[in-house]
Amino acid sequence: MKKALLISAGILFWLIVWQVAALAIDSSILLVSPLDVIKRLGELIITADFWQSILFSSCRIMLGFFIGLVTGTVLAVFMGKFRVIRIIFSPLISVMKSIPVASFTILALFWIRSENLSVLVTFLICTPIVCSNMQAGIDSLDPKLKEMAKVFKIPALRRFSGVYLSQLMPYFRSASALAIGLSWKSGAAAEVIGIPDGSIGEKLFMSKIYLETADLFAWTAAVILLSLLCEKLFLLVVGILQKKIERM
Amino acid sequence: MPRAENICKSFSDKIVLNNFTHDFKEGKITALVGQSGCGKTTLLSVLMGLIPADSGTLIGFDKPISAVFQEDRLCENLTVSANIRLVTGKRFTKSEIEKELCAVGLKDCPEKPVRELSGGMKRRAAIVRALLAESEILFLDEPFKGLDADTKETVLEYVRTKVKGKTVIFVTHDMEECDTFADETVALTQLS
Ligand SMILES: Nc1ncnc2c1ncn2[C@@H]1O[C@H](COP(=O)(O)OP(=O)(O)OP(=O)(O)O)[C@@H](O)[C@H]1O
Ligand SMILES: [Mg+2]
Repeated sequence: MKKALLISAGILFWLIVWQVAALAIDSSILLVSPLDVIKRLGELIITADFWQSILFSSCRIMLGFFIGLVTGTVLAVFMGKFRVIRIIFSPLISVMKSIPVASFTILALFWIRSENLSVLVTFLICTPIVCSNMQAGIDSLDPKLKEMAKVFKIPALRRFSGVYLSQLMPYFRSASALAIGLSWKSGAAAEVIGIPDGSIGEKLFMSKIYLETADLFAWTAAVILLSLLCEKLFLLVVGILQKKIERM
Repeated sequence: MPRAENICKSFSDKIVLNNFTHDFKEGKITALVGQSGCGKTTLLSVLMGLIPADSGTLIGFDKPISAVFQEDRLCENLTVSANIRLVTGKRFTKSEIEKELCAVGLKDCPEKPVRELSGGMKRRAAIVRALLAESEILFLDEPFKGLDADTKETVLEYVRTKVKGKTVIFVTHDMEECDTFADETVALTQLS
């Protein structure tokens, strides 16, 4: 409770700074005030178009995230298990991690229609992040516990969940938290470049064209909120799963 | 009767076990003593089948085994009772496990993750796990390490009642433990 209060105080502080700055600058193009943003968001939120864009982008970004999560995890497992695969994929993962979102997006536009662009881009961004985090987890698996499982002849399924999953879950948790945040950032960036019809990215792009700073801020706020919501929801599910594993 | 015959084991050019031969008495407690680094843990690992001997034969060790390892080897993220269920499956109910933990002074711990326990508490959890696992031969590597005198007394009594009829091979540095707990003592000598 006290923690929530302190966090709110921190947020309030910055909102006030923002409001004061907006009043001082006094230009609705350079900087809009938080009140204007809330007002604009209030206007947008009651339109069907707003929710359609949210749905359009959320589905695609989350789909890309899930495919990346699965691919990255599976790849990490195989890289841990087979040296050849590790040797082949390590450089690819390292390079993928540092390729700018813009480069991926422009390249992806050569291959697919802009509509599903954000799926591909978030997938390409998530996979290496998840893979290298899960790899760290797999590398830290304790070989002595493997021996322990052998001595006690623990059956395969119980061994997998109790010995391996229980060690990997914290890594999976932080990998997915990191990847969800990045998914929204990269997915939105990809949409701004590809401008698929009816996406959040298109709305952001339009606000640039028409110098609608309030729209830009309102949509950005929507993206931040969505990203937080997805992260919290997903981590909640992961947390429940983790508790289940830890109690067997 | 479990028998080890002419067991040899070296790590690169360091000879650790040289023609170790012994008949372990079935249903009895055998203490293994010897200086630090003389190869006690290595011998247990060979007997448990975790590392292969360079030469020699093992007879009668192909039975269900259980162990307290020198390090606890508990799953840190699992709760204490989950660690026990991991090896016992559904053979014990929740309250049966709680009762066993209570007997070694871990009354408040069953639902705590192992990572939150003290060293001595982990030790006791590892002991309970080993004793509840289905086994005929028990390997205990310095099982009472890190326990204060009173706790050790309680745990020793608990172990004694639980291992009745099982073949126990245990490592210790404590001569008193040999006298009070073991039926037989085997000294390993340092080779080099
Ligand atoms: N995996 C290994 N690789 C190389 N050398 C090893 C290995 N395991 C053990 N040794 C060596 O074998 C010798 C015996 O080790 P071991 O752990 O069996 O001793 P110990 O009698 O159990 O000692 P302590 O009482 O300190 O536990 C030591 O010199 C150790 O350095
Ligand atoms: Mg040892």
